[in-house]
Amino acid sequence: MATTVDARGLSCPQPVLMTLDEIKHTGDKELVVLVDTEASKENVGRAVETQGWQVLEIKEDGETYQIEIQKG
Amino acid sequence: MKNFFVTRWGIIGVGAFIGVAAALLQYWGNPGNMGICVACFERDIAGALGLHRAGVVQYMRPEIIGFVLGSLAAALIFKEFRPRGGSAPVVRFLLGVFAMIGALVFLGCPWRAMLRLAGGDGNAILGIIGLIAGVWIGTRFLKNGYSLGRTHKFAVATGWVLPGIFVFFFLLMLIFPQSEGTAKSGVLFYSSKGPGAMHASIFISLLVGLVIGFIAQRSRFCTMGAFRDLILFKQVHLFSGVVALILLAGVANLILGQFHPGFQNQPVAHTLHVWNALGMVLAGLAFALAGGCPGRQLFLSGEGDGDAAVFVIGMIVGAAFSHNFGLASSPKGLGPYGIAAVVIGLAVCLLIGFTMKPQTARR
Repeated sequence: MATTVDARGLSCPQPVLMTLDEIKHTGDKELVVLVDTEASKENVGRAVETQGWQVLEIKEDGETYQIEIQKG
Repeated sequence: MKNFFVTRWGIIGVGAFIGVAAALLQYWGNPGNMGICVACFERDIAGALGLHRAGVVQYMRPEIIGFVLGSLAAALIFKEFRPRGGSAPVVRFLLGVFAMIGALVFLGCPWRAMLRLAGGDGNAILGIIGLIAGVWIGTRFLKNGYSLGRTHKFAVATGWVLPGIFVFFFLLMLIFPQSEGTAKSGVLFYSSKGPGAMHASIFISLLVGLVIGFIAQRSRFCTMGAFRDLILFKQVHLFSGVVALILLAGVANLILGQFHPGFQNQPVAHTLHVWNALGMVLAGLAFALAGGCPGRQLFLSGEGDGDAAVFVIGMIVGAAFSHNFGLASSPKGLGPYGIAAVVIGLAVCLLIGFTMKPQTARR
């Protein structure tokens, strides 16, 4: 099970900051980020791509977006 | 479905549209370098409601109403209407109050700072430097874990409250229209001279507001986020929208004969450089701590964000404080208590920045 960053209910830039923080400190090559607004989903996707990571898949579960990202 | 507005060209297109629309609104009657100013227009709304009695700035600006309702329409159509809130609303109220106080010391929000620059007003440079400094301070807090905490899902009706209030305000405008030479029509106050008396026709203003509200909701356009993301992440996405706004507003002003370079005798502006900058340091910091510029707060309110709605109400109350207590500047200079208000505002915002670190913000 990949490490999960739960940024639900937080507004930008906090989901992005939390994701980048985890990317910096994790040894894993895969992470899951949970957000609950379209804007956060777009921002996280845009930010991880600048770090050499990529979005694998985005699953929608009710009002939660489960973003799976992987080191490219 | 791919959302074109969140692409690079999408955000540039939105910024360009806002820039041209603002220049045209000024051409059609809005005040100088104030085609659109979210802070000034919310201040005019406070005046129209009689919350302050500064006779020259009283008008129920339909652009602001359009911003909220256009965003509401976009959010409903694209299923992004999500009533939510509960992230330290009282702190957001206070940030809204001080954001407005700071903006009215400078005489404009970030939107108008850009439009003043695009109209040739050199004093805007000081305001924008202050804005960037304020946002920079905000990013330091964000990096150190500043957070107002998580929002929660609210009942659907909650999201309709602020849009509902603005629909009601628009109906009031139709029921009690402006009549020449009188300061009051029914329950609404109107200006017979000054910036509040300068406006494009109601329906043009509303229509432009609706379109901007719609495309800004889709694109997440934000004049504070533009600088914040540049400072925090070296990301130019939102910034490119702001640059497009300035450039296109400048070109439109040149074509319309509205470009007048200089520092002296600029419309609704003063030349006190230090206070132009410090007013915007306060506003920029408050916007950064609240997570959005005044326009973005209106667009978020349209999406059902109750915290943004509280910030908007804070700004309207802040405008009333500004004019009732002599905090707001005028073309003649600072208000008698403007300096004290900026100092108190900066102290309060710094305190908020240092102290708001809820445990729940971290996993």
